[in-house]
Amino acid sequence: MAQRTTEIIVGLFVLAGMGAMMFLALQVSGLSLAAAGSTYTVYADFTDTGGLGSRGRVSMAGVQVGSIESIELDRDTFKARVTLSINSDVNNIPADSAAMIRTSGLLGEQYIDISIGGDLESLQPGDNFYTTQSAMNIERLISNFASGR
Amino acid sequence: MMDAIARLGKNTLDFLASFGRASQFLLGALAGVPKPSVGLPLLLKQIYSVGVLSLVIVMVSGLFIGMVLGLQGYTILSDFGSESAIGQLIALTLVRELGPVVTALLFAGRAGSALTAEIGLMKATEQLSSMEMMGVDPLRRVIAPRLWAGFLSMPILALVFSMVGILGGMLVGVEWLGVFEGSFWGNMQASVDFRDDVLNGVIKSVVFGFVCAWIAVYQGYDCVPTSAGISSATTKTVVYSSLAVLGLDFILTAVMFGNF
Repeated sequence: MAQRTTEIIVGLFVLAGMGAMMFLALQVSGLSLAAAGSTYTVYADFTDTGGLGSRGRVSMAGVQVGSIESIELDRDTFKARVTLSINSDVNNIPADSAAMIRTSGLLGEQYIDISIGGDLESLQPGDNFYTTQSAMNIERLISNFASGR
Repeated sequence: MMDAIARLGKNTLDFLASFGRASQFLLGALAGVPKPSVGLPLLLKQIYSVGVLSLVIVMVSGLFIGMVLGLQGYTILSDFGSESAIGQLIALTLVRELGPVVTALLFAGRAGSALTAEIGLMKATEQLSSMEMMGVDPLRRVIAPRLWAGFLSMPILALVFSMVGILGGMLVGVEWLGVFEGSFWGNMQASVDFRDDVLNGVIKSVVFGFVCAWIAVYQGYDCVPTSAGISSATTKTVVYSSLAVLGLDFILTAVMFGNF
């Protein structure tokens, strides 16, 4: 086969590979071409994180504003310390806002919902949420109800 | 008793010697990159015969595997009323596992065996030694382009396989079984991460391509130069490549997705 034909076919082959890569990136993993944008970190301590996982969603009024970076156990307080990275364009979260663990749907994944406070000060990078609400635990609810407490 | 121990020792030594030869051979071939003006046409020709000609079998298998995943996944998920998670199931299975692994197995059968047979026949007909007589290094002229071609083609083939598979799954799930298209793609995009899933799949396919190409050219180069030798070398290529791919896949999966 002529050298030129081989070159063209191999070129098309490589293009097919790049096309597949673009497809997997954009359509399948939902990567957007716009830069991910910078984020800042805030912390929240929970007594029970339930089934929360890293890479989970952080939302405000149902709109995603960030993601969960990591979940670790604080060895002094025995609480779970969750690191949240919030998009930098959402930089005016009132400082007395509360972080709550919610479940999307009945059996869906758990996420953190930020319920807005009224403080004029806003959360700064590295701050902690004052108020948090842990994951709802159905077993605990039932046992509380059964024992009448 | 002593005989058995001696045989075990001999087998171990043989294995180590052949592994050592294979590593030496690999270094020689990787280091011996010829001048671009000579090497590039050779490389292109090999990418054509190793990669482009494998495209059809890879695409057809990908399409059918994606369609089967769609069908099986739908049957199981509809028991729980969560058919909409089918996109997630298909995409994660293909991108993380089936894409790289099945492509590597097909590649070993389609391209690896051909490489071994070709090089083995070159050796049997003394083309390799006559090249040496002419002062052409066969490692550079014959082996290096084939090795690099396998190495470069495999990720492309695996990416195409995953893409075609996902489209095949969509064909069955959305077009035939009536899963809502928005939730098909939406669930998929929410659960597939580009770096953790797609790129790790690409890394897997790079490793598999490297191993398959290495085993194929080494078996050809090291075969006994008779017709029986070539046939046993071809069989060994397919068997060793498949075992190596499956074993390495477990190790890579444990490292990448094992969470420990």
